[in-house]
Amino acid sequence: MAKITFITSDEQRITLEGYSGSVMALAVENGIKGIDGDCGGVCSCATCHVHVAPEDLSKTGEASEIEADMLELDDDTDQYSRLSCQLQISEELDGLVLRVAK
Amino acid sequence: MKKSEIPDPFAAQRSKCGYETIDDQNDPVTMLLRHKDVRKTAHNYKTFTSETIPGRIVVPSEVNIRDTRQIPFEVDPPKHGAYRSVLEAWFKRPINADYQEALTTIVSSIIEEMLAKESLEVVNEFALPLQSRALTLLLNTPFKESEIWISWGTHVFRSEGEALDADKAIVLYDYIDRELDRAIANPSDDLYSVLMQSDFDGRKLTKEEAKGVMVLTFAGGRDTVINAVTNAIAYFADHPESLERLRKEPEIITNAVEEMIRYFSPLTHMGRVVTENTIVCEHAAKADSRVSLCWASANRDENVFENPNEIVLDRKINPHVGFGFSHHNCLGATHARQIMRILVKEFSEKIKSIDILDMKENIEKWGKFQRKVGYHKISVKFNATTQ
Repeated sequence: MAKITFITSDEQRITLEGYSGSVMALAVENGIKGIDGDCGGVCSCATCHVHVAPEDLSKTGEASEIEADMLELDDDTDQYSRLSCQLQISEELDGLVLRVAK
Repeated sequence: MKKSEIPDPFAAQRSKCGYETIDDQNDPVTMLLRHKDVRKTAHNYKTFTSETIPGRIVVPSEVNIRDTRQIPFEVDPPKHGAYRSVLEAWFKRPINADYQEALTTIVSSIIEEMLAKESLEVVNEFALPLQSRALTLLLNTPFKESEIWISWGTHVFRSEGEALDADKAIVLYDYIDRELDRAIANPSDDLYSVLMQSDFDGRKLTKEEAKGVMVLTFAGGRDTVINAVTNAIAYFADHPESLERLRKEPEIITNAVEEMIRYFSPLTHMGRVVTENTIVCEHAAKADSRVSLCWASANRDENVFENPNEIVLDRKINPHVGFGFSHHNCLGATHARQIMRILVKEFSEKIKSIDILDMKENIEKWGKFQRKVGYHKISVKFNATTQ
């Protein structure tokens, strides 16, 4: 089990508990504003873009090349950007804080 | 070759130099064929604009058949984003449970109707009515309106054998004008009325702007959806084992639909106009010339996709550009995805196999390339799963 906190663009903090699957799916199931996950998690739409809290980068690791190429062409990308469909929920993500991209 | 196969005519040229210039009514277009170039060019709206003479970014060019600017399709950021934010919530409605329930009823009933037949012609008897009936949900108009749209045929602007048909465009434009006038006089809760009441840039949307959105909605989601639906049926006819797999593993339906969109690429390409002399894919592109983003070629790029010419139903990483890419990605994609997901689910549950009886492929010609995009006609028989 992992507790994951989402901070939405209107500064709401929502903490969810997840057991498996992707972080994107957890967010979509719980109606987190700003995470749409249009493509269902195959890395083709970038509607699940999040910024990882700097202190949590070690938990998520780095984006794959395909994910990084996708992020490179998103306007709101920075060094903390990830596509949440590519983050698989595990105990390692417990305590993770994510800011939903604009 | 299987009947449902859609060959990749761009492979050799994509690997050799990555582009090809073709003529289009004396306004040539350089087709960009590589995934990376297509995405980068789509993203760079400053050098590759969509905001030019209405119709010029479409290939074949529609400058001679329309003056109405399609919105937000033919507008660049930041204005594009402002329009898009007006429309976004409405076009995301397909994620709602009640929308999906209504769509399931539409899909399920047309499948049941067709199961009773000895044979059916998919394009006209299945895909076109399904697309039109589903569109009543997106527009939130009475179901009965779909009968009018079905009577228009498969392409709102095109008739068979004639790529550009001004008379057909007039039918659509007159229809939209009438509907907008009705919405102004008697507002309801349909898209026309919502548009006329929308705030944009400190004012209401004008009728011309609303018309631009409506033309885009009708035209952009017509032959694209019809091709996707028809190609899916042809694919299942050749692959009954896929129907069985999806019946047993419904959790891969989302992946399967994205993969079909990649493989089918229902829209071959879309143009941009170059705003300054530049270089793309080591090719000098001059100001005021046209390039096109060839989604169909990018979606088979072997540098990005393993086994690009196969449908891998559970493909996990699939950065396809079947709905376009970046700012101008398909506004109707949420609706289209739901149609396809529900169609695949209902098919897997209700249909065991499909027999192809007769078919005529729809082959587009782009310079030296001949690309199959779907079918003009395909007659089949649906065989039910035994209950």
